[in-house]
Amino acid sequence: MNAKKSHKFYGHGIPRVKAEDLGGKLIVVEGADGSGRSTQIAELVNWLETNGRPTVQVGLKRSTLVSEELEKAQHGNVLSRTTLSLFYATDFADQLENIILPALKAGFIVLADRYIYTLMARDMVRGMDEKWLKNLYGIAPVPDSVFYLSVEPEELVQRNLSKNATLDYWESGMDLGLSREVFDSFLKYQTAMGEAFRQLQKAYKFEIVDANRSVNAVNKELRKKISAVLDGE
Amino acid sequence: MKTFAEMNFPGRLIAVEGLDGSGKSTQIYLLKRWLEAEGIKVYFSEWNSSELVKSATSKGKKRELLTPTTFSLIHATDFADRYERHLVPLLRAGYIVLCDRYVFTAFARDVTRGCPPDWVRGNYSFACAPDLTMFFKADLEVSLSRILEGRPKLKFFEAGMDLRLSSDPYESFKIFQGRILEQYMAMSKEFNFIVMDANENVEKQQVLVRKLVSEKIDLKKFKRRSPLPLPPSLLGDPESKEELEDKAA
Repeated sequence: MNAKKSHKFYGHGIPRVKAEDLGGKLIVVEGADGSGRSTQIAELVNWLETNGRPTVQVGLKRSTLVSEELEKAQHGNVLSRTTLSLFYATDFADQLENIILPALKAGFIVLADRYIYTLMARDMVRGMDEKWLKNLYGIAPVPDSVFYLSVEPEELVQRNLSKNATLDYWESGMDLGLSREVFDSFLKYQTAMGEAFRQLQKAYKFEIVDANRSVNAVNKELRKKISAVLDGE
Repeated sequence: MKTFAEMNFPGRLIAVEGLDGSGKSTQIYLLKRWLEAEGIKVYFSEWNSSELVKSATSKGKKRELLTPTTFSLIHATDFADRYERHLVPLLRAGYIVLCDRYVFTAFARDVTRGCPPDWVRGNYSFACAPDLTMFFKADLEVSLSRILEGRPKLKFFEAGMDLRLSSDPYESFKIFQGRILEQYMAMSKEFNFIVMDANENVEKQQVLVRKLVSEKIDLKKFKRRSPLPLPPSLLGDPESKEELEDKAA
């Protein structure tokens, strides 16, 4: 039997949860809408489960506790930035305690479709203090790998339009008033998000994956890297 | 933590803190009535009252979904909503804002539930300190008997049942309140609480509250330009009287 490798929290973690008790693996895939995150995760789940590894998936705005209210709040765009930020943190914490931590304790592979980095990057672009965010997300366990699927904003525009024929209000950062036109706003916002991710990358050391390539090429790279993590058990 | 005055806000914030049953809500209500009668621009805000967050909080409480961490975060969300939506604009506009509970409630409760103190404080660090914080300190037995007199049905989180202190809600409530009181007292000096003797009678306490407020804040600077009409409930509104008579008949 392979030795269990324990995890660490970024900060204080969660009251009464010992990081040493957390086995399993936590794999995070980050990237903008249209970067191919969901497709990649679906492929990875298929691959892992075929190989007999139990998996669990989490993502943003999926908590039992607040996802409905968060959706409503976003729809009306009525919350200010600190409020929205804390609301998202509540959503994350609920999934962390109810899904991520129990799954890791049970030795599952947790695949996170976005994690605290997206939340932090969004807030940083909106002028929130990085130190404040770092304290807030001290509850999060350090993942075993984080992949940031990097796609040029121009390519993201093409992918989003071919899929939905429209650009999402929030993914275009329209609340920031960068431009009246959603097309220009999208490009400016995604460029800013890319910069925020690169800044976070220095502190949180995640891998930037060139996702301008085909689904298969990207998946091959991810499998190779994840295999290395799993072999290191 | 700087006060609103130190941050050059034209308005001032007064907070009351204390255990359930300490009488703080009565005191701040009477303070509000007085300030209104003096023609002062005043706004009252209550803990855990943001419309938007409320449905999530009550769902979490009813279905016992909350952990110390999510309990803390959802209350911080509620506070942030009221802070950004109401408190900051009103304080920018020169209002006296009265808060029935402020961040110290979270500092005391969440830490009692096991959250790390600096994590909780960090999360609330976007908020300025009150210009005046009155802590209503009643003997634990007095607060407890005020709440427990009618043997009300204590709610799960209110009684601190999530901490598994006791399987009896009343016993749990007592231990929980005692621990919160300890947390309050430990931060009293750091945050300049004015400790009020809440065992004293209500009228005497209110005299002192008004004296403290007028000493601390130059109230004439906060007067409305035009007088505020009395609320209908106090005007003896003929319509509502008729309604009452209708109901009686």
